[in-house]
Amino acid sequence: MKTTWRPGRWLIILPPLIFLLVFFLIPFAFAFKISFAEAAPRVPPFTDVISFTANHHLQLAISLGNYRYLLTDEVYGVAYLYSLRTAFFSTLICLVLGYPMAYAIARSPKSSQGLLLLIIMLPFWTSFLLRVYALEGIIRDNGFLNTVLLHLGLIDHPLRIMRTSLAVYLGIIYSYLPFMVLPLFATLEKLDTTLLEAAADLGSTPRRAFLDITLPLSIPGVIAGSMLVFIPAVGEFVIPSLLGGPNNLMIGRVLWDEFFGNHDWPVASAVAIAFLLLLAVPIAIYQYYNVRQLEA
Amino acid sequence: MRRAREERSPTALLTVLFIGIALLYLPILVLIGYSFNSSPLVNVWGGFSTTWYGQLFHNRQLLEAALLSLEVAVTASSGAVLLGTLAATALVRFARFPGRALLTGMVNAPLVMPEIITGITQLLLFVSMMQLFGWPHRGFTTIVLSHVTFCAAYVTITVQSRLAAADRSLEEAAMDLGASPARAFIEITLPIIAPAIISSWLLCFTLSLDDLVISSFVAGPGASTLPMVIYSKVKLGVSPDVNALASLIVCAVGICIFVAGWLMMRSDRRRALETQLAGR
Repeated sequence: MKTTWRPGRWLIILPPLIFLLVFFLIPFAFAFKISFAEAAPRVPPFTDVISFTANHHLQLAISLGNYRYLLTDEVYGVAYLYSLRTAFFSTLICLVLGYPMAYAIARSPKSSQGLLLLIIMLPFWTSFLLRVYALEGIIRDNGFLNTVLLHLGLIDHPLRIMRTSLAVYLGIIYSYLPFMVLPLFATLEKLDTTLLEAAADLGSTPRRAFLDITLPLSIPGVIAGSMLVFIPAVGEFVIPSLLGGPNNLMIGRVLWDEFFGNHDWPVASAVAIAFLLLLAVPIAIYQYYNVRQLEA
Repeated sequence: MRRAREERSPTALLTVLFIGIALLYLPILVLIGYSFNSSPLVNVWGGFSTTWYGQLFHNRQLLEAALLSLEVAVTASSGAVLLGTLAATALVRFARFPGRALLTGMVNAPLVMPEIITGITQLLLFVSMMQLFGWPHRGFTTIVLSHVTFCAAYVTITVQSRLAAADRSLEEAAMDLGASPARAFIEITLPIIAPAIISSWLLCFTLSLDDLVISSFVAGPGASTLPMVIYSKVKLGVSPDVNALASLIVCAVGICIFVAGWLMMRSDRRRALETQLAGR
């Protein structure tokens, strides 16, 4: 490959590199630093971790209190576990629903694939907050679902869905289903159909061919889609806050309350850092498969 | 061959697909239906009316928030398109440079990072910068900066794939004829990737217009974007004027996305046609 543009190269590379470094990566360093501070009634509301004394000596005031607090106050442990469990089962249900959808699109004529994908993606791009709100209109006690069911005489009194775990599950599945369908479609579409024909010629039943060929070959899509649902779902704030009840404490909501309710920025930073460490594994898996897929 | 492919589209699969699509759209359609309900009681149908739409235009708080959100969205998506296109160019055209892995990581990570973490870390950065340099004041500037960060990632991904598919030989021909590399890029490649740039601008616009969590952290006490106002109203329960507002936003955003998707599809199809013709 010719190496051209030598002098102008850095004009192209540096602006995005520096911008993302300053506004995406370095903020984590600040959060890490402030997680060792203590809340203080001042502006900004925390003590200095790094400061200089009058005679220009560097002074470090590191407090591990916030992390100790996370370990001792059981709210955090409960919220972490609840978030992981909710995200895990929502991801599983999205997979079960999303796989046949992606498969159907991948097997439909090329000319209609683009339109079908657009129809699937349209809700994803359309205001997340408003879609959660729209879902509330369906599942609340006097909402669309209960009105229809009561009208049909299928139930005697309204189903209680709002402010329960079920509402949180429905919210996550409804909001994140498109995330699952897209990467699954991307791998299923690339699948070499001659393999399936070969299997059929050799006497394999369609079900057998699916289990032996299609499913194993679509594993990268399964993993990418699952991570795309799982990671944001663990950190979800809007859904548990609007649809869930007081028991549906997810970690995003705890962090939000710590920050906006208690104004304890250092504890909120510690929650964020601990949460990030917890997510490091799934994020690394996603990045690995994503980079491999981009290079393929 | 083609027939064999189409035969493998059993009705059961298509049924799941259409049920899935119906479930994705039902809440939005019901919401739009409710927004024309003249009764202030959300569960009673009082006849068709556009009262709630009329009321929106007399709500100063909403109008101000909407204006702020629009200004932020236009500024942030323009900034994101610029940075994202540069990042995509760097990643596609320069196979090797110091910091390439770092840039790839920083472009992909915001896509999966929970918003709540991005929000709090960016706020802490802005507050610390304010202490050190006296800039930036929380409000419009900080919201735009944080929106550019997560939008740039989407732009990079979209433009990257289009740029990778673009035919480089045209640009090389232009350079052989004496055009400078920058001129060759602007005159040859930019028009090819233009649909990707326009549609990613539209996507950024909608993402920015929609963002609640990150804006809530970085906005500071003075500024409220539209989603922040809507969230505080929705927190109090379902209300008919929010239904009207939500329907308006959903329709506006839906149109933006449809245009973006259509642009991408059209240029895909044209390119497919051109390669087909060239092959023959």
